[in-house]
Parts: sequence; C-alpha cells; structure tokens
Amino acid sequence: MASEKMTGAEIVIKSLVDLGVEVVFGYPGGAVLPIYDALFQQNRIRHILVRQEGGAVHAAEGYARSTGKVGVVLVTSGPGATNAVTGLTDALMDSIPILCLTGQVPTHLIGNDAFQECDTTGITRPCTKHNYLVKDADKLGDVMHEAYYVASTGRPGPVVIDLPKDIQFAEGTYEMPEKVEHRTYRPQIKGAPQALEQATALLAGAKKPIIYAGGGVINSGPRASELLTKFVHTTGYPCTLTLMGLGAFPSKDKQFLGMLGMHGTYEANMAMHGCDVMICVGARFDDRVTGRLDAFAPDAKIIHIDIDPSSINKNVTVDIPIIGDVASVLEDMLAIWQAKNYKADGKALDTWWDMINGWRSIKSLGYEHSDKIIKPQYAIERLYQASQKLDRETFITTEVGQHQMWAAQHFHFEKPNHWMTSGGLGTMGYGLPAAVGVQLAHPDALVVDIAGEASTMMNIQELATAIQYRLPIKVFILNNEYMGMVRQWQELLHGGRYSETYSEALPDFVKLAEAFGGVGLRAENPGQLDNVIDEMINTPRPIIADICVDQTENVFPMIPSGAAHNDMLLNTADKNANPVSAAGKVLV
Amino acid sequence: MASIFPDKIGTDVIERHTMAVIVDNEPGVLARVVGLFSGRGYNIESLTVTTISEDEQQSRISLVTSGTPMIIEQIKAQLHRLVPVSIVHDLTEEGPYIEREISLIKVAATGEERRESLRIADIFRANVADTTTESFVFEVTGSKEKIDSFTHLMRALGKVEVARSGAVAIARGSEVL
Repeated sequence: MASEKMTGAEIVIKSLVDLGVEVVFGYPGGAVLPIYDALFQQNRIRHILVRQEGGAVHAAEGYARSTGKVGVVLVTSGPGATNAVTGLTDALMDSIPILCLTGQVPTHLIGNDAFQECDTTGITRPCTKHNYLVKDADKLGDVMHEAYYVASTGRPGPVVIDLPKDIQFAEGTYEMPEKVEHRTYRPQIKGAPQALEQATALLAGAKKPIIYAGGGVINSGPRASELLTKFVHTTGYPCTLTLMGLGAFPSKDKQFLGMLGMHGTYEANMAMHGCDVMICVGARFDDRVTGRLDAFAPDAKIIHIDIDPSSINKNVTVDIPIIGDVASVLEDMLAIWQAKNYKADGKALDTWWDMINGWRSIKSLGYEHSDKIIKPQYAIERLYQASQKLDRETFITTEVGQHQMWAAQHFHFEKPNHWMTSGGLGTMGYGLPAAVGVQLAHPDALVVDIAGEASTMMNIQELATAIQYRLPIKVFILNNEYMGMVRQWQELLHGGRYSETYSEALPDFVKLAEAFGGVGLRAENPGQLDNVIDEMINTPRPIIADICVDQTENVFPMIPSGAAHNDMLLNTADKNANPVSAAGKVLV
Repeated sequence: MASIFPDKIGTDVIERHTMAVIVDNEPGVLARVVGLFSGRGYNIESLTVTTISEDEQQSRISLVTSGTPMIIEQIKAQLHRLVPVSIVHDLTEEGPYIEREISLIKVAATGEERRESLRIADIFRANVADTTTESFVFEVTGSKEKIDSFTHLMRALGKVEVARSGAVAIARGSEVL
C-alpha cells in the first residue's frame, strides 16, 4: 500500500479507521485539540463525549466487553490522563482490551512542569499492559497498529499511547502495515501437546471432577463458550463459573452449579472443595474464589488453562499447566477425548452428582420473602423474569457491592458478553458509564445497570452522556441507604459499628433523573415493584429506577475472609455461630 | 500416572537466582523491570543493564534476586509478560554459569596500613587503578564473596569508599544467545 503524508492528528484518525474502530469515548482538552480538529473534519469515527475521563474508560470497557472489540478512549494530558487511571487499572485487572490515547505537552516542554503536564507513561506503566510515548510522527502509524495488536491479543488489556501536541501537528508518513507483529511479544495460542494429552487422561480418570471457568473464556470469544459447553456436555462433569465468567456456560443447563467463591453457591464451593480433579479454564485462582489457600481443594489434582504464563502457580500450585488460548486448548482436548474414546467413570460420576445434588438441595441462594418490604434479591428476580419475556436482548452492568453479588446470584445468563461487572478492581461507579458503552454498541437491547445508591453517586454525571446520545439505559438502584457491602463487613467483623457507611444526604433519585432530562421511577413496596420494572423496560428513555429495599439484608451464602470453601455461612444464624478469625479479619 | 507430573513447587526455601533478561532497548524499559519488582514486592539484590547488540536494539539486564521457588517462577513469568522483554534466562537453573562483579575500592591510608593494603591487593589479584601518596584505588573483579572479603579487609586499614557494578553473568559452554 502506498504511503501518504499527513499530520500526526490525521494519522491517529486514519489508523483508527484502518483498524475498524467505529466509536471513540473521549473528552477534549488543550493537548488533544489537533486530534479533535481532525475528528471534526471526518465522519467515519463517532465520538462520544463523556462527562469525566474516568467515565470514558468505563464506557469503553462496557463497549469492549459486550462486543469483543477494542474500546477506544481519547483524553487530554494531565488531569485527563490521571482521571483515566482508575479505568485503566480496572481494564488491566479484568483483561479488557482498551486503547487509550492521551494528549501530552509538546516534546520540548516535557519535564518542565508545563501546564497540564504529567508523566503519563510513568503513571500508567503499572496499570497498563503496555504504553508508548510517541516522539516521531513517522512512527505514529506503526505505534497505533502495534498498540491495538497488543491490547487485543494474548491476555487482553489496556494500552496507552501518549501523544505530544507537536507530534499531532507534525507531518509524518503513514502506511497501513500489512501484518502487525511485535519483535518480542508473541502470545502462545496452542497448548503443548504433551500437557493436553496428560490433562485429558487425568480428567477422564476423575471420580469427582469439576470444571471451573472464568473470564478468559469470554475473552477468547463466543467460540470458546461453545467449546466449553460442548466440553462440559461431552464429559458430563459439573461446571461452575467465576464472577467474570458468568454467561460462558448457560445458567439453565443442569450441569451448571452457579457461581463459585465468596458469595458463590454452596454446591459450587463444596464441589470445589471435594473434587479430585479440577480443570481451571481461563480463570486465575483469585482470592475471592479460593478462600483460605491452604485449605483449597485439598485432594485435587489441578489442571490450569491460561494464555498468561504468569497466572500459572501464582496463588495455587497446579499439576498440569497448559499455556494457550482457551478455545484452541478446549478444541484440542475434545479431539483427544474423542480420539482416545475416553468415557467418564459413570458409576463414580453418579455418586458425585448425588453428593452435588445433596448440596444443591440446601438452596443456598434462598432468602426470606416479605410482602411489606422489597427484598433486593426479589427485585433482581423480578427484573430477570421481566427480561425473559422480551423479544430483545438484555445486557446487565453493575456497580460494586451487595447489589453486584445479588445480581450475579439472581440474574442468569445464557450467553457470553451480556454481563459487565468490575471484578478484579471492584470499581464503584463502573456500571453507569459501562451501560452507556454497552447501549451504544447495542442500541435496541435492554441495558440495565444494577446499582447501589452509593456507587451510582460516583459517576452520576454520565447520565448526561446517556441523555445527549439518547441511550435508553436503565439505572436500577437497589437503594438501602448504606454502602451495603462495607456495612455487612462492619456487622461481621467490627461489632456492628457502622462507621461512615450510612448514605447521609442522598439526592431524590427521581428528581435527579428528571433534572438530567431522564425519567425517574420509584418502588417503595413489593406491590409497586413489577409496575416500575415494566414501565422502566417499556419507556425508551434513560431511566433511574429507585428501588427502596430492605436496609438490613446481607449477602449470603458467604465464605468469610480467611475461611475455606467448606466453611460457608449460609445465613445470619451461621454468622453468629462462626465469628471470623483474627487472621481472616486482616484480609480484604 | 502421578509420577509424570512435576513436583509441586510449594517449598518455603529462599533461593538466590541470577538471571539474564534480554530486552528491547527502548525508553522506560528499565523502569518497567524495576517497577515490576517494587510493585510486586520481589527482592533485587543487584541489577545492571547496558546495551549489548551491535545495532544497539537490545539490552541485557543482569539481575540477582531471591525468593521461594514459587516466587522465582512468578518473577520469570512476570518479567516475560512485559511487552519489550524478549528472553528471560534463569542462569542458576539452566546450568553452570560464570558470575563476575567489578569493583573500584578507594583506600585512604598512610604508612604501614598503606603498604599492607597493597600486599592484600596482590593476594586478591587486584589492580591499582589510581594512586596518591595517601591512597589507592583498587580494581577487583570476581565473585560477590571475594569483593566482600577484600572490602572487609581494607576497612581495617583506612577510610574506604566502594563502587561496585553488581553481578554480570553468562552461561558456560559454546552456546550463544
């Protein structure tokens, strides 16, 4: 392809077009004016103006997570870049592909403490997969393509390109590269044949197997979810998913045990504890999943599939590591299973399922119903049931806290990419901007941010973005007037001394929605709930639904920090019988 | 069947490992490596870096670190995860290797102490790199232990200033990276 001369700003836009980028989430400022000028003079790329740069990254995360594409962000230097840091860290922890372009002061001023200068590459080094400072307009095109490649391949993550203003004005040569490769960065896709053979043989001989899958399945693409489903069905083994993995395996399937971990189901955690062979598929043995490490799956041989070698043996030592892309590895393992004519040990498996069904019969997600007060779990159940009647797709984002766990427990997903939540970093304020990004990618879908009132206040300004672009997102607030999860921990660990967790001076969310130009709804008792949900779903405008829920409800079941999988609290009575250990109190 | 699996690496023994990390010679690459060690709480005993390829495209970071086998494995995996890192060689694990450190040690002394420092320097095969009537600068090359003991002896003889390079290391044998 012929090379062309153009300005740095034009190279940025041309590269994005050539990369197939359709949407950029951003906020202008002095150090990115040339790029905004180039944006103004084209119509291939749509720019979504957020209200704060943090919102831009979360919106891009929602867009990326719900489409499998790269989310692109454009912010200015200094505060623009520092405001983006939380979102970048969030994307790094949850492996979301983000390309973040930051303006920078002109090269000759770098290091002079110029107006709106900050050391963006220095600040973002530990919170990105990689970052670049471009000092030569001729290299800008290659950096754009390489950065996109790094963000989207291997274990995806955020990549920052810092763009000094003089480089945006300077003329450079642009040529679309035919093939993007990196000198040193080469993610491994195919699993090692010997490990695949060993792992499949080990699985085939299992008597109490479990398949534990996570966000890596979703990152690998829809085909990985299909292969996981096929793998689970072929083996007949039970499957549990992490918070990040919800949707990777259909929740209605009878082989699904629900989510595992701190607020996972009793059957999932007991099966993890009692298994003899565990295969971890694209998950990372996070502390929220493992509980007490020295009591984690004590009798298990463990197989771990991950595209990132640094995930292997990080928290839990494993017997057979397989480095590779989940889809490729599952496909190869299925082929081996069939070629070797493996059969699960039917008798042992029946016994195992009997045990699991025994744990299931406890119905650990049960809660006490009330006809006087709205139970938060009930609100989510009703929302789920209403969404099931729709002939359009439903996407759920969440904020962080109790509502997030209730949503994970009581909303159910049959397909990947429909559940967007901040898992690793636990960023309050993620869900509203993420919903903006999701709705933009899926204009006809129902997009609901299941929220808490405290989290909603963290990025409420993005409601204006939803209004501006007529994105009919629904902010479904389970309003208990407390920072509920913190309050729950204070109840468990600090003698019920609710230090600073009451949400004093809350706004009237109905009026707040109206002030922004949206619609506000409120349900104060169970009788009003279904009407509010129906009106919310059927009104094609941005909406805040203020659902006034039981203020004292806690999330159960729960593995208290420092406890093992088989040491779950199922309800409040358990909580009083089993106080958290001193060692557990220290953990987060 | 169990015998084919690698031993679990869950021991608590702290091991010292010398590594050679080949990286793209680009701005900030050292900060990435150092930031990784501080951010994840790993030890750095010594670290040296300089460009090594004829075209100056690549640098070699020689580093000495310590940790349990699980931590050492993590350090290597995390280093490799950095985009500009091309090869991580764990010399301690991969076989016999040569490790050397160069040091410049200034000893300010007169009279019998000054003469004694020269005699000890001779025993250690140290070169005299600079001299005045009241001082020597010795150049000593060797293992960390050799330089440690030389420095220790010199401290008894006068005022001492030490500059050390940290370890550089390379595998024995004919194989070239």
